[in-house]
Amino acid sequence: MAKPDIDDRFKKFGTVSFTSITKTNDFIDYLEKDQVMATKCKDCGETFFPPRADCYKCLSSNIEWVEVKGKGKLVSFSKLQYGPIGFEEDLPYSIALLNYGDYQVFGRIAKDVSEADIKIGMEMKTVANKLPNGQLNYVFTKA
Amino acid sequence: MGNVAIIGVGQSTFSRQYPGSIRELAFDAFSEAMKDAQITTKDIDGSVICSSPEYDKQRSPSSLVAEYLGLIPIPTFYVETLCSSSSTGLKLAYSLIESGLHDMIAIVGVQKMSEISSKESQERMGRGADIQWESPFGTMMPAYYAMHAQAYLDKYDAELDDLAKVRVKSATYGQLNEKAYYRKPVALEDFTTEGSKMADPVSSPLRVGDCCANADGSSCVIVASEEKAKSFCKKPIWVLGIGAGLASVNMTGRESLTSLSAAEVAAEQAYKMAGVGPKDIDVAEVHDCFTIAEVMAYENLGFAEKGGAKELIRGKETYKEGSIPVNVDGGLLSKGHPIGATGGSQIRTIVLQLRDEAGQMQVKDPQIGLVHNIGGVGVYGNVTILGREQRG
Repeated sequence: MAKPDIDDRFKKFGTVSFTSITKTNDFIDYLEKDQVMATKCKDCGETFFPPRADCYKCLSSNIEWVEVKGKGKLVSFSKLQYGPIGFEEDLPYSIALLNYGDYQVFGRIAKDVSEADIKIGMEMKTVANKLPNGQLNYVFTKA
Repeated sequence: MGNVAIIGVGQSTFSRQYPGSIRELAFDAFSEAMKDAQITTKDIDGSVICSSPEYDKQRSPSSLVAEYLGLIPIPTFYVETLCSSSSTGLKLAYSLIESGLHDMIAIVGVQKMSEISSKESQERMGRGADIQWESPFGTMMPAYYAMHAQAYLDKYDAELDDLAKVRVKSATYGQLNEKAYYRKPVALEDFTTEGSKMADPVSSPLRVGDCCANADGSSCVIVASEEKAKSFCKKPIWVLGIGAGLASVNMTGRESLTSLSAAEVAAEQAYKMAGVGPKDIDVAEVHDCFTIAEVMAYENLGFAEKGGAKELIRGKETYKEGSIPVNVDGGLLSKGHPIGATGGSQIRTIVLQLRDEAGQMQVKDPQIGLVHNIGGVGVYGNVTILGREQRG
């Protein structure tokens, strides 16, 4: 008998992916279509980023995908001069947190945003991004 | 309630490369604590072993460490909350004694971070966050605390020099601590002098001088019931309050980056249980893995209002002679940070202070002391309040 196919789409996420099997694998398909998605509980309406397959508020697994749209406010950021194994080629890079009101998004600031232009409280947007090694992630750009 | 005492404390010298195995490292602290308590292994009826297992090659290290310490056949419990493992170990031991199941327990914190290669260590650092949604961006511990620092400096108009002043204070006392790894003086100018190691950027705005170093080390705290403590120990130090809280690992779950909510929750619980407030604390150990962590701790523990921490450090109020001495043993910044052993080392410092046995680091006549020990980037918050006198 043939072995069942393993859905390991998530291995494409980030410069280095640390886990490949998750119920939120569709996130990768959306990224490939240039969409960054959150999930929303169809029962209680709570929106989640990062996307969750299950709602801890009402214990439902009745979840739908919704797009991370519009602008978020920069909560904070940091520019790394050292990175973990596998990220050497990316250095230096800035990680950051954006607040969208109902949820927050953690990620990286786009390379072409100069450090002098980065200010806490500024509006930014989240866009899908293809990395030089063929992997996918998303980055924050000026709104 | 409230009748558990610390009757013995011990700590190894913290170093970059311990010349022995994990079990031998654990023995250094254990033997010191046993001699301090003037007891034998027959008096102990349980052990709690605390470490962060990603640095251990040995699977389930608690049994092997307990075996080497001669703690067989009494049961052992393994506890992990990253950098606060041994504070959590104290909470477990306290509960085991308060429940009446045990009378005397040895809490052993141990971490040999050099057990794995620096390459392996760097690989693990990349996994010190939400591995699905954060680590793929290339995150590291300093970068997360750096995000807190960036937000804090921005919100409260604090300066990079305020962070550097925490390190300068740390080095003042690190030089006096024979068990510390870093024992050289640090000046404020070291953070602005080009080519100085302290000034080397790590993750903006944090510099090398803002970060503690990994270390190999062990700690041991022996706790006993009221009856045992009074019969075995001339100067028992009483556990007056213990609080613990949790915050989200992923930064997206944080309401604020300018404080650590898990520490605030833990502090509130510990103060309430002890029946004291921030003004009653005579000496404190706080989790200064990064300078910004100590700054936030002042506020999360109520030593300063939100945004007021900079005044404490500028006014030297947290020095030994100040209104609330903090980390007068050099803290993690000077001692080094052997994850599983750190909490026990902090507890040891406060116990020695309350027994008036802290030597050159001794604060004048402290009655009540506090330990603030954080696991991960503000994930596990632990606050313990200790006193010379039992609660009334």
